[in-house]
Order: sequence, then structure tokens, then C-alpha cells
Amino acid sequence: MSIALPIVDHPQAAKDFVNNVPRSHWHDDSLWFVRSKRDRQAQSLPEWEYLRETASAIKRHTIANLADYLQEFEANATRMGAVVHWAADAAEHNEIVLGLLRRNETHRIIKSKSMLTEECGLNEYLIENGIDVVDTDLGERIVQLRGETPSHIVLPAIHIKKEEVGETFHQHLGTRKGEADPQVLTEAARGHLRGKFLDGEVGITGVNFAIAETGGIVVCTNEGNADLGVSLPRIHIACMGIEKLLPRFENLAVFTRLLARSATGQPITSYTSHFHGPRDADSELHIVLVDNGRTRIRDSDTFRDSLNCIRCGACMNTCPVYRRSGGHSYRATVPGPIGSVLGPSKDMKAHKSLPYACSLCGSCTDVCPVKIPLHHQLLAWRKVLVGQRLLAWNKRVGMKAASWLFRHPRVFAAAGYSARMALRYLPKSLTHNRLNEWAIDRDLPDPPKQSFRAWYAQNRKNTQAEQSE
Amino acid sequence: MNVALFVPCYIDQFFPDVAISTLELLESQGVSVSFPEFQTCCGQPMANTGCNADAAPVARKFVEMFSGFDAVVCPSGSCTSMIRNHYQEYFAADDERFNQLRDSTFELCEFLVDRLGIRKIEGSFPHRVSIHSSCHGLRELRLGPSSEQMVPRENKLRILLESLEGVEIESIRRQDECCGFGGTFAVTERETSVAMGVDRVQDHVESGSEVMIGGDMSCLMHMQGLISRREMPMRVMHIAEVLAGRPLPSSPAVSAR
Amino acid sequence: MIAEANDKEPSGSKQVILDRLRGRVVESPGLPELDPDRLIRYPDRVSQFCETLKFVGGESHFVDSPAQIREILEGIEVFSAADRIASTFPEAVEPTVDLSQVSDPHLLSTLDWTIVKGEFGVAENGAIWVDGRTLPHRVMIFIAQYLALVVSRSEIVDNMHEAYARIGAPSPGFGVFVSGPSKTADIEQSLVLGAHGCRKLQVFLLP
Repeated sequence: MSIALPIVDHPQAAKDFVNNVPRSHWHDDSLWFVRSKRDRQAQSLPEWEYLRETASAIKRHTIANLADYLQEFEANATRMGAVVHWAADAAEHNEIVLGLLRRNETHRIIKSKSMLTEECGLNEYLIENGIDVVDTDLGERIVQLRGETPSHIVLPAIHIKKEEVGETFHQHLGTRKGEADPQVLTEAARGHLRGKFLDGEVGITGVNFAIAETGGIVVCTNEGNADLGVSLPRIHIACMGIEKLLPRFENLAVFTRLLARSATGQPITSYTSHFHGPRDADSELHIVLVDNGRTRIRDSDTFRDSLNCIRCGACMNTCPVYRRSGGHSYRATVPGPIGSVLGPSKDMKAHKSLPYACSLCGSCTDVCPVKIPLHHQLLAWRKVLVGQRLLAWNKRVGMKAASWLFRHPRVFAAAGYSARMALRYLPKSLTHNRLNEWAIDRDLPDPPKQSFRAWYAQNRKNTQAEQSE
Repeated sequence: MNVALFVPCYIDQFFPDVAISTLELLESQGVSVSFPEFQTCCGQPMANTGCNADAAPVARKFVEMFSGFDAVVCPSGSCTSMIRNHYQEYFAADDERFNQLRDSTFELCEFLVDRLGIRKIEGSFPHRVSIHSSCHGLRELRLGPSSEQMVPRENKLRILLESLEGVEIESIRRQDECCGFGGTFAVTERETSVAMGVDRVQDHVESGSEVMIGGDMSCLMHMQGLISRREMPMRVMHIAEVLAGRPLPSSPAVSAR
Repeated sequence: MIAEANDKEPSGSKQVILDRLRGRVVESPGLPELDPDRLIRYPDRVSQFCETLKFVGGESHFVDSPAQIREILEGIEVFSAADRIASTFPEAVEPTVDLSQVSDPHLLSTLDWTIVKGEFGVAENGAIWVDGRTLPHRVMIFIAQYLALVVSRSEIVDNMHEAYARIGAPSPGFGVFVSGPSKTADIEQSLVLGAHGCRKLQVFLLP
């Protein structure tokens, strides 16, 4: 089943955010602050690059042997008392969760952050089916109250100013009008969500890591919301993509060292919780394993490594495009570099502009804790998109023309000559018009009298006679 | 040593003095340089757009043209990376001619420092300067340390630049942030590209530098266009020009006459 | 209908997913083994631990006896004013809430303080491993307004590799690394302590 998604035009979607210069700078600075904290943490470990190397190798190994490890995980998790469910796609995942809620006559659930459930659209689905869904991560709650989606996978409300949060909380939580102190606003959310925690009948969390060897799952949070959310209700449902698996318990060391350092510049999250089976004999732990396109990504030699992703968000924090255009400009659950790789895997046509929302600077590749060659994958996507004829015809034709030109040196020289002469003698109003995208904001270079090749022919040709024909 | 000069297409047409400087610089180091005159472009604009079918014949023509030299030297990290890191898909793995060319193609500073072992250029440049580290040179060719990786590396452009007398290198905020050129990105994502470029120029201005110096004229062309349009107090120079002894451009408003 | 979907799950999607995975054989590198000599060690683990704990928002106290813990806590206003205290370390603090009488964790919602023993600390990140088997209710360490953890100074390991080796094979149940108090920076990256869990974390280091 494939639903045709609306086609995202990233430059168009980014326009308002980028052109609001103070806001774009504010957003840029906020994320750069996080990136700088990450750098300090990375610098504090002499073995940083060794850890990245190892993490990448562990992930590659796991993804290659995923079927075996999933079965090992299922057997061990079951032995620990958990119930493991398998979902081939988002719809099935949602049905499984709703089925569990129905079976327990649940009306109110409390959720901690899970990009997988965002990807599956679980909230919308449950709400449509009459379930009250409360996101408990502060950022997610802010976004939820505002009727928005997260703009970042780790910092869901990074695009929202504190005054705007104040207004939202004034409307929904009754805080004082004009209140914008993060301390006060967080306190208000704490009070508001305490009640929700106590009312929640089922706790739903994502999963950061699952361990084949032990059948356990690990959930990392700073707020402690996942722990509160699953320590009160009797039922814990944990939803995870099948790529979250790690073979051995000891592998967690590598990943817990990398995750928070890369994500927020902390040495580890405040809470790193390990669940092996349900809380007690009266409780239940359900683990939903979701494919939803992951096996297809695994099939591809080019894009397989994108399954290494541990959703730390470091590539977003470092991406100069993301920082200026904002997460919503990607119109995808996962934005930024990794989102621009994953988006087209899901729906090539809808996300065809995302691989081009990138200057190929490569910062994401160098920052990635699991060494996904992100900018090379974005480049690879462009190739696939062109192969599928999804590049705009004018660009395709332009590139064909350029290719022809570059294969005909004499014509190339003549064309260059004409361009330089045009720049020299035509009025600026003609060379710098609105049709020339380059020149809307930038002056063209001063055209020199002659090209290098002309200069060379004039000044050096005699001494290099064998080079001329 | 018989070296071929590979001049990127836009340098040939719009910045001939960068190529002349490169030529003079190499010659001053005792290198015999020739310019295969039917060269045009390495094909990167097509490849980076994903149009590999259009890039392939250009790549093959390039290899034909540049084979048989002891080394190919290019005053651009980006174009050098195209040959070294992205050409392989157009050639068979055992294509000796291509493999030999790939391994003997160098960016200018890299060639001087690594291949010729030069760490000192005679000359002076008594100015406050700042370095623009272009991304492909930095992260694809590893011409210097990138801020993301915890790997110590020498910055090859810097070694040569600071060997000049009187030069004062200012450090800039976010040392290796992208300027937003990115080839066709500059046009397809114009607004973001321009925002990135303006920020980058501003970082250089705030450092107190008089001129930003880089190894890739494409990035510099983009920023020069912004500087000129917005009349920002900054100038740009290619490292080849500085090392070849060219003076500081007279006016910050380089173009737009 | 839903129940049907669930019933056919095991034979259906599990097999589908496994077939999709097995249908594409991927060259597999071995699982890497870490070289312990390449991993960070600190000349003074305890001071590194305290420094990192401070960085993550926690407070550490060197103490020589459980009685001293009580003394220090009583100097903290929010402790002396506390009404409902849960403790698994009565040598230091007598609980005011009898956890054995609490059957429903929801009843712990008004806990002011929780004092529990941690198994060991980790120098590189200021984390303390709390074994869920030592907690009558696991929610007690998350729901209390303030948390105090007690750990021995001789039980500080260098890094997470040593930490996981020390835990060994996990038994059924729960365990958590706690590194500093609950916190958030979701509003404009301003760090606020006490998001949902404890507002402050005191760590007492016994000999």
C-alpha cells in the first residue's frame, strides 16, 4: 500500500524561515550551541574516532545478520516475560498498538518520545480511534499543544521561541499572560503533566537500543518522562524499528557513550533505563518490532548504512542548511541530512527535492557517530532521482547541454568568450535580471579580457608547441 | 617532473589570473608545467546534480586528455576531489590509465606540501588575513583538520600561507562552516545559499581580516558576489595569487563597475 | 477485526520480515572486539566522577558514615521540611513511608524524598547504576521531588565498558544509570533542572 504524499519543494518550504533573518540566525545559533557542546564532549575522549569506527562496525554487522538477531531477541525477550509483536508496516504497527489498548479497555495513554511512532502516525491514528494521547517529553508536549509536528528529532520545539511557548501555555495550562521564563514554564508543564502521568493507563515509549543477547530494551531520556510513564501503569508498550538491535549487552557501552555526546553534548542522558521483561507478575511489556521500509533500505548496497542511524540528531545540528531553513522545511518526520536520505526511501517522488537541499559540505558525515556517509548518500539519491526522471526537465536539459559543451573545447571557448563579452558590454540590468537566479543576490565576477587558455596561447604556446595542434 | 595544469572551467573563463598565478608558482618551484589546451571541465556540475550519464563522457575525455603526465595539479580542492573520489564509477576497477591518473592528481597546496615537500614560499604578504577552508578540500581531500573529527591533521594551505613574511592569520568563528556555494545548490536553494554566504563573509569581517584566502575560487566567487552586492568590507584572493606574490586587490568592491 | 489482525501476526508479518531479510544476503563483517587499552582511564576516578557529576547538575558529598549523610541532608532545607520520605538505606535515613505497605505505585505520587543505594558509579559520565531489584517500587526514584543516591567511593569504574562488564548478564527486571537530576532544555535551549523527575540529585560517597 502506498499513499501518494504531497511533493515537497524544499526551497519554497524554506523561504519564509530563511528570509526571516533574525529568526533564522536565532535558530542557527541555538543549534550551533548544541553542536559546540557536542564538540567539547567528543574532544574529552581520546578514543572518540575509535568509538565511531566500532559503532559503525557493530551496526553493519547487526544489519547484515538482522534476521538471526531479531529471532535471538524475540526468544530472549519472551524468556524475560515480554510479548514480542511484528509489524510489516506502519498500519500494522498502529493496529497492534490499538489492539492492545482495546483489549485492556484503555482510554488514556502517556507517551514518551518515539520517532518511530511519529513515522507511523500513531498519535493521529489513536486519537481518531478515541484514545487520549499525551506526549510527555516537554518539547513534544509543546508541539502537541500547538498542533504542530516536531521540527527536530531530539529537540522537537527548537524552532519555537519562549514567548510563543508562553502564549501556548497561557492558553492551555493557564500560565500568566506574557510569562516567558523557561524555568517557570517548565514548572507549569511539570505540574500539568504530573496529573497526566497519574491518569495514564498505558505507557508507550520508543526504544533506543534492543539487545539480542539478553532480550532487553534500553530507553534514554533526560526528563525521566519515559520512566515515570512506564513505572506507574501496568502496561508498557515499546515500539521500535528493527534496526535498533545490538547483538550483545556489552555493545551498549559504545552506543551510550556516543548517543548523548553526539545529540546534546552531555556525557550520557540523565536516565538510561534497561528493561528486561515486565515490572512484575501483574504487569505487561509489549515490544513491537516494525519494518516499515527498513528491509527495503537494507536491500540497497548504497543506502544500507543509513540503517546505522541511532537518531541522535547531530547531523541536523551541524547542517548549515537545516540550521537556516528549519526542520519543518523538510516536511518529513525526520528532517535534516538523515531525513533527506530516509525521505526518498519512503517516497521518492514526494521527497525528490530533499537530496538537493544540501551543499554537499560533508559536515554531517564527519559528525555522525555511526559513520553514515550522509553527503555521499544524498549525492547517490540525486543519481537515482535523475535515473527515475524525477529531476525537472530544464535542469536535465541544462546538464545535457553542459555535457555537450564540455566535450567540445572550441565551442566551450567561444561560449566563454561570448559570456565574458556580454558581461563586459551589456548593461547590468540585462545580465543581472530576475531570470538569472545567481545574480538576484550576487554580482557576477568582473569579466576578464581574455580567458586563461587565450592568455596561455599568447604567452606560452611557443615554448609548449607540442601541446597545440 | 612533467606536470599538467588542470584549470577548472570557471577559472579559465572568469579568473584567468588564478591560473596564471598557479602556473607561475609551480614554475618558480622548478616544475615544468604544461596546459593541455583542449581541456574544459571535470564534469562535476553534472555529477553533483545526479546526471551521471552526462558526466561520464566528460570524465572519459578528461582522462584521455590528462593521461601520461607525472602529475596533474589543480587550483581547486573540489575539482580534484571529483577526480579522486567520484570518477571511479565511470571506469572499470582495473582501468590502469584511470587509476594512475587518479593517484597522480593533486590540489595545488597538497602538491606543493606533500609531493614536493615545500613548507616555505619566499615572499611577503604583510596583511591581516583569514582562511576560508572549502568543504571538499577539507572533508573529501583532508587538506586540513575538520572541526567535527577528532583527528589531528596539518592544514596545507595554512602551512604555505604562514610561511610568507608579514602575514597575520586571524581565526574566525566556526572555522570550517560551509559558505553555501555548493554548485547548483547556489541556484536551486538560492535563499539558503545566500544566507549561508552572507553569514560566512560576516565571520571573516568580524575576525578583523582584510582579505579571505581560499583554495577554491568557486566558493570565493559566490562570496565575492555577495560582498560586492552588499558592499561588505572584505576582499577575496585565491591562495595561488597570494603565494605567487600578487598584491592585495585595491578595493573591497571587487566588481560591479 | 483487530483481534484477528493480532492473531495472524506471528505467522504473518514475522515470517514476511524474516523472509525479506533472508532474501537478501549481505556480506557481514565480524562483530568488533574492543581493545581495552584504547579506552579512557582516569588517574583519579573519584575526583573525575565528582567533576562530571557537577557538570551534569548533581552534587556530591564525601562522607565517612551513614550518620553523616543524615547530618548533611538535615542541613538541606527541602529535606528538613520533607514529609514523605522513602528510603532503602535506613542506616542513614529512616523512611517515613513504609514501602512494604504500598501496593499501588500511584500512591507514591506525593513522595518528597527518596534515598536509595546505587551499585557503582561511572567516572566518565557521573552516572550511578541503580539495580531495580533493590527498589520496592521502581517509580520511587523517578516520582520523588528530590533524590539522594549512596554509593561507595571504592565502587567507581572508569567508563561504560567497565560498567557493563560489571553488571554482567542482566536478570529479568529493571536497571538504570542515573546521571544528574531530571532536566530539559526544550525551551530555547535553556537548561532547567527538574523536568519530570527529581529536581536535584545528591550523591553521597561512602568509603
